[in-house]
Amino acid sequence: MENILTINNLTKKFGALTAVDNLSFSIEKGNVYGILGPNGSGKSTTLGIVLNVVNKTAGDFKWFDGNIDTHNALKKVGAIIERPNFYPYMTAVQNLQLVCKIKEVSEEKISEKLELVGLLDRKDSKFSTFSLGMKQRLAIASALLNDPEILILDEPTNGLDPQGIHQIREIIKVIASQGTTILLASHLLDEVEKVCTHVVILRKGVSLYSGSVDGMNASHGFLTMQSNNMEKLQNALEGNPAFGTVKREGDYLIAYLNNPMDASEVNKLLFEKGITLSHLVKRKESLEEQFLELTKQN
Amino acid sequence: MLRLLNIELQKLRYNRAAKVISIIYFVLITFIALISSIEFNFGDFHFRVADQGIFNFPYIWHFNTYVAAILKLFLAIVIVSMMSNEYSYRTLKQNLIDGLSKKEFVLSKFLTVLLFSVISTVFIFLVSLILGLAFSDYNEIGIIFSDMEYIGAYFIKLVAFFSFCLFLGVLVKRSAFALGFLIIWQIVEWLGYGLMKWQFFKDTEIADNVAQFFPLNAMANLIKEPLSRLGAIQSAANQLGENFTKDYQVTWLNVMIVLVWTSLFIYWSYAILKKRDL
Repeated sequence: MENILTINNLTKKFGALTAVDNLSFSIEKGNVYGILGPNGSGKSTTLGIVLNVVNKTAGDFKWFDGNIDTHNALKKVGAIIERPNFYPYMTAVQNLQLVCKIKEVSEEKISEKLELVGLLDRKDSKFSTFSLGMKQRLAIASALLNDPEILILDEPTNGLDPQGIHQIREIIKVIASQGTTILLASHLLDEVEKVCTHVVILRKGVSLYSGSVDGMNASHGFLTMQSNNMEKLQNALEGNPAFGTVKREGDYLIAYLNNPMDASEVNKLLFEKGITLSHLVKRKESLEEQFLELTKQN
Repeated sequence: MLRLLNIELQKLRYNRAAKVISIIYFVLITFIALISSIEFNFGDFHFRVADQGIFNFPYIWHFNTYVAAILKLFLAIVIVSMMSNEYSYRTLKQNLIDGLSKKEFVLSKFLTVLLFSVISTVFIFLVSLILGLAFSDYNEIGIIFSDMEYIGAYFIKLVAFFSFCLFLGVLVKRSAFALGFLIIWQIVEWLGYGLMKWQFFKDTEIADNVAQFFPLNAMANLIKEPLSRLGAIQSAANQLGENFTKDYQVTWLNVMIVLVWTSLFIYWSYAILKKRDL
């Protein structure tokens, strides 16, 4: 598989704070990646480093096969980070012409890309007259001007109204369906779940999980149990290696499975130990629960 | 090179404030011609500035470049805001993400500085040439094109000053503060010179020797004030028993100092950008 971006042991320190801690992952062509993490987990800093605006403290990264300067590699990349940044006194078309000059691509695609994001009828309006949703869509058009190898989006729906969010997601889906590699940073789970095939989960700059979204879902699930002797139940569960974390939640005990195991097997096992259950439910976690589980503050 | 200049001109072309100030600047330079029409009448004494020899070749090169250089403050506003806008619109970050390197970014600004300076220099050359041809008492080719060093000095002076403005824009990020800093820096140079001259090293040449290395002072020294060189003022001074023995030449040492400062300003702009997390 062709690697588009490889990050090795990347570290960024802002004074005493470590924003990105020894992060490694790679991005392969054709997949849709999500970087998931709560606010302040180092998503934007990581993207800032590979996009040449933040200086790394240690580690390294390489674009494509590594034989190309970062700024030249970025001409083959489309990226939007945080808010859309354009010259307010220029019109949409003038701003895109400038981007074409920087990226050294021809200006003939401007109309096509404006059409894609639904801004063609406003092409001669000044950027300063645009709403946030329109600004964000212009940013996407700008990122697509060079038909990029990879599109990087950092919180693309942040601050938009539901309609705007919907529009942006539709555009992302269209782009993804055309086979463009996408890297999407977000703290919104459903956003990542809906569009991404692979995910990197960050907390405080540390990677907690890196792999496919399906793989992340492939934990063995958890059991919610209740019994008239909760102490005995808890002891039995904690003494058994088949169970991971066991925790009390209200009147229930939650036990995470280390091995695949049927609810009936668990019931049988406990019954043999003289514990009768009044409640037993086995469930798989949703991505959201897993995310919260992974990123919870220890 | 052309691509970088093209990028920068695209940014300036649609910026109304930058356009208006640039136009005002060039209109003001042509207004030097208006000095020629200043006339006084004290009873039967008739005084016309144009007749005092200020438009004589080659003196006009000295006089016009000196006066026009004062107006560079207008273009300084354009240069400073061209840099600080990139911060306030956050387009500096976007430019880098779009694939401009930090080196190219500084280079595109510096090329614009060079372009402005070239245009201004050509402009002052033409204005002076036309004024001179209209009013000068001497019109021999050899005299017309003597003392051209002032045109070269004018160009170097503009490039240095605008590079300083560019550096301040990179450093301070806000145009108003950057221009304020420029004024404060000028005051610091005056104070530094004054303290040395009249406090620490009284009655010595040390103050002058040190102050010639100050950036703004060095730029000012490139083209020394031309008024005391005028025939009328010289003769008036002679009558009062004063004797000017001032050297009005553009000196090589001065040119070197200014060129070193220019390269430092550009290098520092790049170094700051490189070091900063945007």
